[in-house]
Amino acid sequence: MGGLHLLHAPDGFVSFPIAIAMWVVTAIVLAIAVRRTNETLDERAVPLLGVMAAFIFAAQMFNFPVGPGMSGHLLGGVLAAVMLGPWAATLVMASVIAVQGLLLQDGGLLIMGANIFNMGVIGTLGGYALYRVLARVLGGEERGRLPAAGIAAWAAVVAGAAAMALELGFSGIVPMNIALPALVGSHALIGIGEALITVAALAFIRATRADLFKLRDAQPAT
Amino acid sequence: MTNDTRPSTRSRTVWVVVALAIVVVVVVAASFLASTSPDGLERVAEDHGFGGLAQDSPFSIMPDYVFPGVDGPLATVIAGVIGVGVVLGVVWLVGSMLARRRPQDPEA
Repeated sequence: MGGLHLLHAPDGFVSFPIAIAMWVVTAIVLAIAVRRTNETLDERAVPLLGVMAAFIFAAQMFNFPVGPGMSGHLLGGVLAAVMLGPWAATLVMASVIAVQGLLLQDGGLLIMGANIFNMGVIGTLGGYALYRVLARVLGGEERGRLPAAGIAAWAAVVAGAAAMALELGFSGIVPMNIALPALVGSHALIGIGEALITVAALAFIRATRADLFKLRDAQPAT
Repeated sequence: MTNDTRPSTRSRTVWVVVALAIVVVVVVAASFLASTSPDGLERVAEDHGFGGLAQDSPFSIMPDYVFPGVDGPLATVIAGVIGVGVVLGVVWLVGSMLARRRPQDPEA
């Protein structure tokens, strides 16, 4: 007894073609992320990269109860992107999910492309784009940061669950009309936890090191 | 001039250490307090009968966040702290490699 429940999707949950297709998509995104990070990452942001990755890894271990007989855990993609920008955040999420799969057998290897896409890329690129729009609507990042991040974090969890449902459906594992409402419904609740943790972490950073918010858009010294 | 508005090197280091201490607290808390109910995906897999399709990994190092040979939550604390260390190292290394390849600051 002891240990944590299986958390991420194991191999066998999607068909071989879907697993390969998702690996291809994820590999392309990661290649772009490496190039863009190389162009824009300020050396001073490296410690923050490490701290964000460590926090997201630890927080993903913490399953919180969501209604009877179900739990959820943080994904963290929107949180990472708000602090680090979408491309560095994508690399952070991929690193976390890769270490979980390789070292802790949390999430399969063949399905890892899908896991990185569903739990990482959807938040760091899609969730972050939504965050930017919401922050602008709310009167700029300075004022709108916390509510915009909270809403985007919730939406990223729901969208990630929908992506998983589509992958299950296309794999012929479970019909789409069953997988979609079941996964989206449960993750609409789990997403509330994601929003609360994301907002709390950003509030902590604002209270202790508000200057870190400027690091994302800082141009490296040339 | 880019450093004008930033805290001193010392207080920046302190912040990183405090943040990592919080991370370790989260690992310990998770090891003792995390919900043992299935998560969203696992619950749906059980409810709709495809949980059994899960395949085991071809190898296993610390499966289910359990450090081999140790019992109870302590095994999860150890596995979690090792995981945090590896993630931190990998990301720091990747970050340094990608950030390093740029022209040196002429004023340095």
